Amino acid sequence: MKREFDTRKKEYTLSILVQDIPGVLSQVARLFSRKGYNIESIVSGETDKPHVTRITIVLMADELMINQIADQCRKLIPVLAVKILDEGTSIQREFSLIKVYAADRNARDEVIQMANIFRAKIIDVSRETLTVAIFGDKEKTAALTGMLADFGILEIAKTGTIAIERGRSTIYDDNKLKEEYNYGKNVL
Amino acid sequence: MKIRATAAIMECLLEQEVDTVFGYPGGTILNLYDELYNYKDKIHHVLTSHEQGASHAADGYARSTGKVGVCFATSGPGATNLVTGIATAYMDSSPIVFITCNVTEQTLGKDAFQEVDITGIAMPITKAAYLVRDAQTIPDVMRQAFAVAATGRPGPVLIDFLKNVTAPSVEIDYEFVPWTENRKCGSLRSLADSHDLKAPEPNAGDINTLVDMIARSERPLLICGGGVVRGRADAEFKEFAEKLDSPVAITVMGGGGFPGGHPLTAGMIGMHGSQASNVACDECDLLIAVGCRFSDRVALQPDTFASQAKIVHIDIDRSEIDKNVLTDHHIVGSAKRVLALLNERLPQYSHPQWKEHILPLREPSRPRDSETLTPKQVLETIRRLAPQDSIVATDVGQHQMWSIQHFHFDYPGQLLTSGGFGTMGFGLGAAIGAKVGNPDKVVVHTTGDGCFRMNCHELATVEHYHLPIITVVFNNGTLGMVRQWQNLIYNKRFSETTLDRGPDFVKLAEAYGLKGFRATTMAEMETAFAAALEAGCGCVIDCMLDMDEMVRPMVAGGAHITDFLLK
Repeated sequence: MKREFDTRKKEYTLSILVQDIPGVLSQVARLFSRKGYNIESIVSGETDKPHVTRITIVLMADELMINQIADQCRKLIPVLAVKILDEGTSIQREFSLIKVYAADRNARDEVIQMANIFRAKIIDVSRETLTVAIFGDKEKTAALTGMLADFGILEIAKTGTIAIERGRSTIYDDNKLKEEYNYGKNVL
Repeated sequence: MKIRATAAIMECLLEQEVDTVFGYPGGTILNLYDELYNYKDKIHHVLTSHEQGASHAADGYARSTGKVGVCFATSGPGATNLVTGIATAYMDSSPIVFITCNVTEQTLGKDAFQEVDITGIAMPITKAAYLVRDAQTIPDVMRQAFAVAATGRPGPVLIDFLKNVTAPSVEIDYEFVPWTENRKCGSLRSLADSHDLKAPEPNAGDINTLVDMIARSERPLLICGGGVVRGRADAEFKEFAEKLDSPVAITVMGGGGFPGGHPLTAGMIGMHGSQASNVACDECDLLIAVGCRFSDRVALQPDTFASQAKIVHIDIDRSEIDKNVLTDHHIVGSAKRVLALLNERLPQYSHPQWKEHILPLREPSRPRDSETLTPKQVLETIRRLAPQDSIVATDVGQHQMWSIQHFHFDYPGQLLTSGGFGTMGFGLGAAIGAKVGNPDKVVVHTTGDGCFRMNCHELATVEHYHLPIITVVFNNGTLGMVRQWQNLIYNKRFSETTLDRGPDFVKLAEAYGLKGFRATTMAEMETAFAAALEAGCGCVIDCMLDMDEMVRPMVAGGAHITDFLLK
């Protein structure tokens, strides 16, 4: 039987564990640009292991393509593990800093209320502005950004999405892969 | 033991039993060449006319000997001149270690003279690209580079040393470790934690499934791909094909993986594939592709490719599975190992009716009688006069397809051709590498007038190193393959493909100190080729052909595999 792939384009999250060496980020990112895919977000940060970095990439793709990119990614020398994260079984969060124009008192009060509703924090204040920090999933950030737009957003700084699996599974166990191929390690 | 950094680089080459390197010196790589002077008894350096020639020579050496090729070049333009050669090797999975040197640490990133970010440029066309900034890491990087180039699916690797790393004053700790022991030390040991440094062991269940599928098949077809050649799995493949009693279609890269004259050979498959192979592909009920990646020149129309068949893919590279054609079953592993396991399990099958249906189709149309020389006559003459085991290096285009269709390649490394990247100008460099690596074999380089003009300056290398390579120019005064497309698809609008210009290739050969011949008839070709075989030096035979000769059969790109545009 031929494997069946979902041909619809949708958002995929890819978690990649790499050795922290120069050029590794461009090596990984290259695989996406080569296929003409635009990365929606890319985040790279250290892990509990020394010299090991975790890269989280979100992009629009179809299933066949994301599988293939994951396979090609596994072949890169500094790549230790790759996992395609499922929306249902993983938690996804992003962090944003939003600078809002709020010169008069009413506006300031409203922005603070809004921040409270969204469980965001005011982290900086000036005579004319408030800076709101929000942590949550994409939809929540988008909703708050929409509300704050009425006051006038001066600038936004965002991290991309970071993601981790729910429950016991981690990126270190290649369970899914083992079922599918029975090969644990990356192949050169 | 403390030794000079450059000496460590040479010792690391000796660890890998490298005795031949191809290259071209320059400013930043001077320290390395200075050290090479001390090692000239142990490491034979072949100086080409151009870095591109060196890259193809290292490639031809690697493909024909099965060893890892080594190529040196300097920074900047020296390094970028390698790029086409690196990409050629990458597309055809040829193991080569490219060594370049870059500017010093102090000037890195400051647009110094002859500086280029070659590791960045090479990233998409190498298995790995290393920038060496710390001399202490030299042994680790060198050992890892050779392991990566040769392991799994082979391919090119680039090492870029900063000039200060190679300074004569720099000394590092070094112990000689033979390559067989390399994997126990340093960075290779840690690499083995995350990557399999050997081919993956085929899954027993996957093998069982295929054995069952074979038992149910009435019309099996085998595809012999480049993986059979790179993995030197020709003996296993032959046994497999004979047990299966199945026709064998051969890809361009698979030439030499299965004997061309074998009764089961159906011929080349794909765009210029034989009727036998293409029809078999369309009608088979089980297609087993070994070490082939279903490129767009084979699976011209992926959706209808082998539509009646269960498709089984055997490949060493997991990322090739389901890439171009969706498969029904796959086995990940080296061709040699997978086929050996299958051979243990398979009984002898017999498919007389199916063979009777397919194999007679392979006979090409009867050659037309011609007053003037035809490509077929040229190749016929070469085949008749040259020893059976001669190595053939081709360039790219019509002559390439004719050469592959016409010769019978019997062992891996006998055919050297740029199948994936289609690099014009590949042939002469590759022939040089092949002759250096196989001094006892006759090496024939077939080329077109367009291709030959691209890198004919390597005739200087042929002359200097006394390499009796026979270059046969299929001179039709045009870029034949492009003209063929213009003829068939572009309403005979011959835009910029007519090559009505010099040089006179006979005089060119003579200018380089070689022998030149011209052939306009079959008789002249015979005389010229016989003389070339006896000449003991490089020869160029300029064969004058009609510009409207076409490669037959032909299926247009993207069309169904049996929709022949030309038969």
